[in-house]
Amino acid sequence: MTQTNGAPRSFQEIILRLQSYWASKGCAMLQPYDMEVGAGTFHPATTLRSLGPTPWAAAYVQPSRRPTDGRYGENPNRLQHYYQYQVLIKPSPPNLQDLYLGSLAAIGIDMELHDIRFVEDDWESPTLGAWGLGWEVWCDGMEVSQFTYFQQVGGYDCSPVSGELTYGLERLAMYVLGVDHVMDMPFNDPEAPIPMTYGDIFKQTEEEYARWNFDTANTEVLLRHFEEAEVECAAILSQPADDPKTGKRIVMAHPAYDQCIKASHIFNLLDARGVISVTERQAYIGRVRALAKQCADAFVQTTAGGWTA
Amino acid sequence: MPDLLIELFSEEIPARMQRRAADDLKKRMTDGLVEAGLTYAGAHALSTPRRLTLAISGLLAASPTTHEERKGPKVGAPDKAIEGFLRGAGLTRDQLVERDTPKGAVYFASIEKPGRPAAEIIAEVLDATIRNFPWPKSMRWGTGSLKWVRPLHSILCLLSDEAGNEVVPLDVDGIVAGNSTRGHRFMAPDVITVSSFDDYAAKLKRGFVVLDPDERAEAIWQDASNQAFANGLELVEDKALLAEVAGLVEHPVVLMGSIDEDFLSLPAEVLQTSMREHQKFFSVRNPKTTRIEGFITVANRATADNGATILAGNQKVLSARLADAKFFWENDLRVAKAGMGKWTEALSKVTFHNKLGTQAERINRIAALAREIAPSVGADPDLAEQAARIAKADLSSEMVYEFPELQGLMGRYYAQAAGLPQEVANACEAHYSPQGPSDDVPSEAVSVAVALADKLDTLTGFWAIDEKPTGSKDPFALRRAALGVIRLVLENDLKILLVDAMKTAFGPQPSEFLIKSAKSSGGKAKFQAATKVSGEHLEYDEKKAVVFDLLSFFHDRLKVFLREQGIRHDVIDACIAMDGNDDLTLLVKRARALEDFMKSDDGTNLLQGYKRANNILIQAETKDGVEYSYGGDVKFAKDATEIALFEALALSEGAISSAIEAEDFAAAMGSMAALRAPIDAFFEAVQVNDDNQVVRRNRLNLLHQIRQVCGQVADLTVIEG
Repeated sequence: MTQTNGAPRSFQEIILRLQSYWASKGCAMLQPYDMEVGAGTFHPATTLRSLGPTPWAAAYVQPSRRPTDGRYGENPNRLQHYYQYQVLIKPSPPNLQDLYLGSLAAIGIDMELHDIRFVEDDWESPTLGAWGLGWEVWCDGMEVSQFTYFQQVGGYDCSPVSGELTYGLERLAMYVLGVDHVMDMPFNDPEAPIPMTYGDIFKQTEEEYARWNFDTANTEVLLRHFEEAEVECAAILSQPADDPKTGKRIVMAHPAYDQCIKASHIFNLLDARGVISVTERQAYIGRVRALAKQCADAFVQTTAGGWTA
Repeated sequence: MPDLLIELFSEEIPARMQRRAADDLKKRMTDGLVEAGLTYAGAHALSTPRRLTLAISGLLAASPTTHEERKGPKVGAPDKAIEGFLRGAGLTRDQLVERDTPKGAVYFASIEKPGRPAAEIIAEVLDATIRNFPWPKSMRWGTGSLKWVRPLHSILCLLSDEAGNEVVPLDVDGIVAGNSTRGHRFMAPDVITVSSFDDYAAKLKRGFVVLDPDERAEAIWQDASNQAFANGLELVEDKALLAEVAGLVEHPVVLMGSIDEDFLSLPAEVLQTSMREHQKFFSVRNPKTTRIEGFITVANRATADNGATILAGNQKVLSARLADAKFFWENDLRVAKAGMGKWTEALSKVTFHNKLGTQAERINRIAALAREIAPSVGADPDLAEQAARIAKADLSSEMVYEFPELQGLMGRYYAQAAGLPQEVANACEAHYSPQGPSDDVPSEAVSVAVALADKLDTLTGFWAIDEKPTGSKDPFALRRAALGVIRLVLENDLKILLVDAMKTAFGPQPSEFLIKSAKSSGGKAKFQAATKVSGEHLEYDEKKAVVFDLLSFFHDRLKVFLREQGIRHDVIDACIAMDGNDDLTLLVKRARALEDFMKSDDGTNLLQGYKRANNILIQAETKDGVEYSYGGDVKFAKDATEIALFEALALSEGAISSAIEAEDFAAAMGSMAALRAPIDAFFEAVQVNDDNQVVRRNRLNLLHQIRQVCGQVADLTVIEG
């Protein structure tokens, strides 16, 4: 295990320490999913892999986008693009709380001086047809993580149950590093030849995306993309399981799920553009949920999802 | 006799569930043990965020042996019957006894159930209790199938007496019961082995765990009050928060901090709400200025730096939160001072209900209605309309978006900031009231007008689109809205004719669903709405049916409300049956007077006389096929009591009608009471159905007069007794 003595000095050091900590605990270190998602949970390594009987242990950073949270980089802790650190272990090990607390120690939080609390917070994702029970974890009164035992995903009972940990990296890092505005946070080592802050990297992009998200994204095109994603998802899933070319059984759960992710993100963009009314909102969420459900149905028909001939 | 100690040790149990769960554990265990024959002297349940604990003292060491005698088939009955009986009793034929009964010789089985050791029974009952525990929400974890509120880690189940102690053998889904637990998660994480409840309590205390939730709450309250007092401040009481916080810690450490000078200008309610909802902090105020100047947070551990790091962290989080709140407040104030146009405009984009239009459309309806109602509640129509137009503007404010529970209150602050008249500002907050049976009712005229208009618009709107409450389903809280109208009218002693007010309120509501709504209206409403008969068809006005249906909804809510105040339902019905029943103040005055009257001797006796008169009359009218409503003539009266009754009725009739005219129902009842003696005397002395038809008819007409005179007061026919 990496030596984690002393306080970390930069945003990236916190990420690196989490990586090496969870690697040392046996998790596969995955990379971010290469699509726009609203949260780390959307990564197929969490949504799809929490289904079925196959054991799984993975951790990864996931860049996440929430267009409505954009504040042109001016709000000290609101961003339309931010990072989550995600851990998913199936079946949830009996010492998951201790493992989690170990990760806090690894990033320099001294349990002898800080007050860590597990405060009830049940998790539900209407778009994924998923729910679980758990807590938000507080450190000195600040929420630093979500801790959830998945009970259902895509309408399926999770068996075995996965334990999911989600760290809001910017907020956690700001606390550990003692920074008040996210843009002032050192991204790399402050003593590096070229020290860079979070703002050096993201202030401009926050402005650009906020403007695009709120005012200029072409809503007609987005609406069309949403519907195309829906159609493509259904088309993929309507293919027979046996591939006529290779003669193999290939259920295309992941390509279909990509379309579900796409639809979900487009919905978020449309929401930020303010073109979705309160009543329509529920209908859109229902449409994304229907896609997620069909992808879950498909995944459990694959080998990774527990299908056996 | 042994004592039993049970501890169910898990990951953090939600604060709001702990006490109930400890009680459920106690109830299910003791019920199960007693049912199996194990009685006990005392039981005590405790809880912390990580454990439910049950201590039972003076338990029987074993359940008593019981004897049961069972009657079987007759001697000589077919073998099959006897074998069946033996199987049921678990005996062989030689163990049966023959005994003579009046029906001949019969087999009897004497079954002895030997007592069982306590441990065996406890294991069974605890296993069932854990597996069927009534958590509001429970979950699975890992590969198991057991459900608990959060993962269950260990079960401590120990029987102890002077001689020693033993672990009750038990295995629930792989969790094997033992005699150990752990102390505080961070301050004493190691395994603790215990031998009895006293040992357990003492070791947990040393392990930094305060086992009793009351003790934790008390300690928090005391310490917090003392720290506030020492700084010349006082703690703001918040029982719900205290209970919750006591459920978040095993080792409470109270820390007090002050609120940054920058934020002291925020309204006290904003500070309090932000601190309570987001941080679970108590507020601390300056008793002289009542300004909130500090906060109390409760940590779950003691630290080497006496909580300095924890307090600094909490202070920082609070500052970030309050910076948000201050940002919202300042932005909102700018919009407010500019006349709130941005907010009212935004409400035109917010759907209230897809069939009832946007919030802006709804506000237009309420404004028009408030203006209409204003004169009858003594409000200035211009002010009432103005108040209605801005009363919901704060729904678009940033502060209310962040803290929905501050709606109305922020409206008041912002209206003040906008320089609007005080009555208008007050109405922004007060028009939501009353929200329930115990909530205060606004009394300022402008607030009353807007509150009535708001509720009447909601009710008529949902009635117009046929979204009425059914059974336990009332998603739009229409019962609460109706009760609100009732309390506003009664507690302000208002004369509002509800039918007229409802007609006005229905005006701008959508009409395309009226036919559907009329169809689902009650039979009485349909009947009242029937206007004419053309050919075979009974035609009726749909709108009228819906209005009367809503009126009877008001009457139903009124009945519930008055019943809780001790007024009999039949008394209320007797008054609802009268004209003018949409004037609720009048209706209730009448009901109260009638209730008092019915409690008096005069009342009950008069009711008897009235009913007797009415019954005789109904019989005669049915038999003769005529209505005796011509009025009797005193010149055909034969008996002195008859003449006296004529005179009394003539006297009462005038007195009652002028009393009712003046809405003096007590006086009307008093005049009615004066009829009791003459009516009693009349029935005592006279046979109504006299052989002389002229006399008979005259007497029946006299009875009709009783019905008529008394009928001015209330419909006494529906009174029971």
